[in-house]
Amino acid sequence: MKPAVLTGEHFMTGDVACAEGALAAGCLFFGGYPITPATEIAEHMASRLPDVCGTFVQMEDEIAAMASILGASCAGVKSMTATSGPGFSLIMENLGLGICTETPCVVVNVQRAGPSTGLPTLGAQGDMMQARWGSHGHYEIIALAPASPQELFYTTITAFNLSETYRIPVLVMTDEVTGHLSERVVIPEAGAIKLRHRPAPKGRKDRFKAFQPGPNGVAPMAIAGDGYGIHVTGLTHDERGYPGMNVETQIEMMHRLTQKIRNNLDDIIRTESYRLEDAEIVIVSYGISARSSLAAVDEARAQGIKAGLFRLITVWPFPEQQIQKLAEKVRGFVTVEINLGQIHLEVQRCAGSRVPAVLVGHPGGAVITPEQIVDTLKTAF
Amino acid sequence: MEKNKIRSDHPLDAMLRTDRIPHIWCPGCGIGTAFSACMVAMQASGINLDKTVMVSGIGCSGRGAGYTRLDSYHTTHGRAIPFASGMKLANPELNVVVFSGDGDLFAIGGNHFIHAARRNMDITVICVNNLIYGMTGGQAAATTPCLAKTTTTPLGNPDPPFSLPLLAFASGATYVARWTILHTRDLTKSIEEALNRRGFSFIEVLAPCPTGYGRKNKERSLDTLKIYQERTVIKNGAHPMDAVMDFGNSITLGKFVDHDRPTFSDNYDRTCRPHFA
Repeated sequence: MKPAVLTGEHFMTGDVACAEGALAAGCLFFGGYPITPATEIAEHMASRLPDVCGTFVQMEDEIAAMASILGASCAGVKSMTATSGPGFSLIMENLGLGICTETPCVVVNVQRAGPSTGLPTLGAQGDMMQARWGSHGHYEIIALAPASPQELFYTTITAFNLSETYRIPVLVMTDEVTGHLSERVVIPEAGAIKLRHRPAPKGRKDRFKAFQPGPNGVAPMAIAGDGYGIHVTGLTHDERGYPGMNVETQIEMMHRLTQKIRNNLDDIIRTESYRLEDAEIVIVSYGISARSSLAAVDEARAQGIKAGLFRLITVWPFPEQQIQKLAEKVRGFVTVEINLGQIHLEVQRCAGSRVPAVLVGHPGGAVITPEQIVDTLKTAF
Repeated sequence: MEKNKIRSDHPLDAMLRTDRIPHIWCPGCGIGTAFSACMVAMQASGINLDKTVMVSGIGCSGRGAGYTRLDSYHTTHGRAIPFASGMKLANPELNVVVFSGDGDLFAIGGNHFIHAARRNMDITVICVNNLIYGMTGGQAAATTPCLAKTTTTPLGNPDPPFSLPLLAFASGATYVARWTILHTRDLTKSIEEALNRRGFSFIEVLAPCPTGYGRKNKERSLDTLKIYQERTVIKNGAHPMDAVMDFGNSITLGKFVDHDRPTFSDNYDRTCRPHFA
């Protein structure tokens, strides 16, 4: 039997690194359904979870998978599922339940080209707006986009930490290319991995209010069987968790659900800058596209263009203040992503009328090359 | 005179969120009786109520979870069973009870029901079957009798209904029973028994919906109860194939299945986690 944290140097795919990251984060429950190109995460969890006395269950569909991980989390266990486009669509229903009931869990989307069945074996980044708005109603969400197997390992841990801290499902929005890419992955000692846990209730059980926010806006979470006698519902509810079919309760609940994210952006938003100090043109990218963008920056600089990269690791909530600040001092933005303009809409919004923002996009199924990006850098500004 | 004194307490107060009463159920509705039977059975069963969870889906019966003082989870439409499965697997110490309606469990949630029964998830599922979608105002369900009138079958229902005990049995449930809300003692005893069984237990409870079903089909709540009284036959041990439900003729009630087979967790522990046994 192997330990939860496989300390050492490995050569592994992004999908496997993601599963190992989950185990290192303390995940003990995986409810899944096979789907290319995310299947390897389920397969790896099926083989590894018994090592740590965890449970893998292959559910009848992704709707059930998502429901099962919410149930497991409410019973006190860190839980996760992994899927791709068609399954992500099915997950949207209970993602909303997770948001409304403030249930921590992690959902990985190894994106493939869509719409519909699309190109199951080829990568894309076409679900980024679905990640933001795919479930009905208005809400805040956290979505992260790692750019390598190594980063998939760490990002999955971060996803669990953020989900526990803010009591919210966290999305890991990777892609087929990163998921199937084999690279060196270094896994640290278990003691070097910082884990966060959902805030625990204190005080008298009979006076406990299941959704009363704590100092950071997040309510302590009672676990099923702990004797708090809580009621949890996807209906609009008050701080006690009781349904309230009126506008006042809706306003108060929406305030709690949105402010706990909006008031903690500094803790949630992670970005990386490359050669931005004197950059005139800023590439905004994430995931596998950010790696092409990185090469494009160096190539453009060699050709005399002062380019830099602003890489989004947290895609949602969108780092709008950072982009707005950059817009004050640069000549333009280039968004690079494997879709026909999703995050680009956000970049355009934040750039405003001050500077132009140009898209280097792709309909899906291939990685954007550095050459394509450099061509745009040369011609668009 | 003393015994006629008005009492402000209720024998089930300890089980109920009394601050949420009155409930939403209509006069003549059978869900309250089924819910009370469930609460009484839980008290009588001897299970640890601090470790007992009620999970509901959406609909009139789905509101049950909101009225019990137990840890309770009111989930999405049809998804109570997979949510409950995740709970049970994450913490096997919990007694997980799903209390929901026929529309929720057998139309939108039908796939989850058969798979949880196949895996023999160690949960208890109580289905209040009122033959209709009550919450949305009386539309045809997967349980609505053929030719019955509903708002979506104004000329009569062209579809035949599921036999829930047969479906449960065929899918692998290890405890299967059917009662009506008129058979409160049998029902309560059956729920109590099911709570103490390992494996996937299923109890169908027939209940009138005078608002959604009765009005359209010219059947008052008392008429429905008369049918429950006059046309039901208790056949414990009958094969689920023979558990008929013909409201004009005969309705078979009773405990049809009560046997043991390994649960999902038994099989998982033996196959995947023998080192932790």
